[in-house]
Amino acid sequence: MPSLKQLSSEKDLFTYGHRACAGCAASIILRQVALVAGKNTIFVGATGCMEVVSTIFPYTAWKVPFLHNAFENSAATGSGIETTYRSLKKRGKITKKINVIAFGGDGGTYDIGFQSLSGAMERRHDMLYLCYNNEAYMNTGIQRSSATPFGAHTTTSPAGTVIPGKQQFPKDLTEAIAAHDIPYVAQAAPHNWADFTKKVEKALTIEGPTFINVLSPCPLGWVYPPHLSIKMSKLAAETCFWPLYEVENGIHKINFKPREKKPLIEWTKLQGRFRHLLSESNKHIVEEAQKEVDRKWNRLLKMAEAKI
Amino acid sequence: MKKGWKELPIGTQIIKPGSSEDFKTGDWRIEKPIIDFDKCIHCLICWIYCPDSSIYVNDNKVTGINYDFCKGCAICAEECPKDAITMQSEVESE
Amino acid sequence: MEKMIVAKTGNEAMAEAMRQINPDVVAAYPITPATEVVQIFSSFVADGRVDTEFVPAESEHSALSACVGAAAAGGRVMTSTASQGLALMHEVLFIAAGLRLPIVICEVNRSLSGPINIHCDHSDTMASRDSGWIQIYSEDSQEAYDNTIQAMKIAEKVFLPAIVSVDAFIISHSMERLEILPDEEVQAFIGEHRKPYDLLDVDNPITLGGLDLQDYFFEHKRQEIEAMKEAKAAVIEVGKEFGEKFGTSYGFFEEYRMEDADLAIIALGSTAGTTKVVVNALREKGMKVGLFKIRVFRPLASEEIKKSLEHMKAIAILDRADGMSSFGGPVFHEIRSCLYESEKRPIVTNYIYGLGGRDIFPEEIESVYKDLEKVAEKGEVKNLINYLGVRE
Repeated sequence: MPSLKQLSSEKDLFTYGHRACAGCAASIILRQVALVAGKNTIFVGATGCMEVVSTIFPYTAWKVPFLHNAFENSAATGSGIETTYRSLKKRGKITKKINVIAFGGDGGTYDIGFQSLSGAMERRHDMLYLCYNNEAYMNTGIQRSSATPFGAHTTTSPAGTVIPGKQQFPKDLTEAIAAHDIPYVAQAAPHNWADFTKKVEKALTIEGPTFINVLSPCPLGWVYPPHLSIKMSKLAAETCFWPLYEVENGIHKINFKPREKKPLIEWTKLQGRFRHLLSESNKHIVEEAQKEVDRKWNRLLKMAEAKI
Repeated sequence: MKKGWKELPIGTQIIKPGSSEDFKTGDWRIEKPIIDFDKCIHCLICWIYCPDSSIYVNDNKVTGINYDFCKGCAICAEECPKDAITMQSEVESE
Repeated sequence: MEKMIVAKTGNEAMAEAMRQINPDVVAAYPITPATEVVQIFSSFVADGRVDTEFVPAESEHSALSACVGAAAAGGRVMTSTASQGLALMHEVLFIAAGLRLPIVICEVNRSLSGPINIHCDHSDTMASRDSGWIQIYSEDSQEAYDNTIQAMKIAEKVFLPAIVSVDAFIISHSMERLEILPDEEVQAFIGEHRKPYDLLDVDNPITLGGLDLQDYFFEHKRQEIEAMKEAKAAVIEVGKEFGEKFGTSYGFFEEYRMEDADLAIIALGSTAGTTKVVVNALREKGMKVGLFKIRVFRPLASEEIKKSLEHMKAIAILDRADGMSSFGGPVFHEIRSCLYESEKRPIVTNYIYGLGGRDIFPEEIESVYKDLEKVAEKGEVKNLINYLGVRE
């Protein structure tokens, strides 16, 4: 694991001057990834917040090669780059090791880009796919995605007088990708930079497809003041809503177990998107959400314990 | 003058790496972070969490803040383990 | 130079051209009736007859997306598809052209659903005619083969992608005589791969395909439009060079017995072959008829089309797709528009035919020439838009 001292002696390859909102966690995530990945890396971004804020012509925040193709195809696009790389390497036209990192938000990964991601993982391309999961379509104005938490208000799952926010639990994408039996799958969050950068480093060392799902708190969409982004990330891990874990060669390993698991409401009560859940009439939603967090956490504990 | 179609490289290429460094975002700020170097232990926590790469670090030491780009999100102030960073209103500081 | 004479279907011919081009990457998804191209090419890869890395994508959208990544990384890239596959690629077609990536698609013209149908018409490529891709239509297997080789070279000259198409089943699955060039001649003809840029050049990192707003989008689009204009010269240059080296020259179109013709039919693809038979028969009877076969529909050689056709008395345009505008097919619109600038401005009528693979017969084509004869005599048109071979 690189230390902060080591990292800070590296040059930022995802630099300032991008147009992400103040306090945007996704820009912290990409900055950390680029620092670890280094200059021999090609990034592919799906349409979404981070592509938009980092590439407004003629300004780019990237000091490494970057390609944007469309919304649903960053994994397929990355697979194409990796294939040319492999082809030219085979023909002896290129010798150096080059990383390919494709990324997308939860819209471009959980939803519209799910097929493209599944295909690229199944085909065993040597690339890292990174999802910055801010739990809704933030770029277009906070519409629900299949990553949006149960009960959350978004502009397409509004907390109305009859329906109190999103009625479905989020898709467990990390496990869905783990089910592709690729060599490395992990879940991470930006507050734990040490764990996260270690995972990126590991994923890039491993040959074959790797996948990291990173929680990306969003001040605008989650409705909290920008200075709390790292707190939001930390609480998501401490409530076990977003467990930090990895699946290496099919074996689940938990990277962070809170000494005392905090109640989910410690996290939700700080966010405007869950404000309606504080009312007495919606208490059952909080309970249901907590129950689901407990169920999934216990399941993960069991898998980690059984080393499966 | 912005370039015309004959002068631009083809295919939407941006050939200057990190050209966003020419686009200042510091004027987005409402509050500015101020570092109290008496309290700072140079742990670099502010540096790793800064979304805008705006904490200057030299030789493993925090040396200041790039106010041309800092958007004033105050993550640094919130996360500083020594409370060495405080936020000051831009209006007052003017 | 010794050409090999073999019997091959249109699909086999295109796959053979792909083998000889030996691209760095082929990313494809099988679809009727282009499945064979992907299958045959896969076996070339499996048998080590090409150096290509093959990406068996999970959809056409991903296939072309992977092609975009592969070409942006500096590879020579090809794929193959038809109909729904091309439609699924639609979004990425514009991106590939906008990013100026010289990808070549070997395409089989099949009707777009719905209703679903697997047979020939041109609705698929016509629906993508404004996507910024060069479009070359082939009359037979030989043209499909020759066009594929030329398309690669044209695309890399102007940095625009190209589609080479053949008619579903009629050509894609019909065994025909094919002259194949020696592998090394094909390689020498297409030359070293020319790439617009190279993402793998990590020492000179570029950002590509970023957000392009009101202040630059138009300039980038203008570049693309200019490239399509340049493609006109490239088509001619490459077609001529092909002729000099291998015996058959190619241009934007083929004029068949047009030199003294008064009445002309305009057609694309396999129907041109059928029309030639009719032209010969009618010429025997003394009718001054000719065929004007469009080979390259994008770029549209408007000036040249005008010059070649303006002295006609009457022209019938056979469209194997309808624009669903209530005003005929796409070829009709465009060719008629080319003639608007002419002072002579011949009469131009439209015949929609062969949708969903409905056969077109020589008698029907003959009836079109007969219609034209009447139209030219009277100088007036009763039915501007006609439907050929559909039951009332």
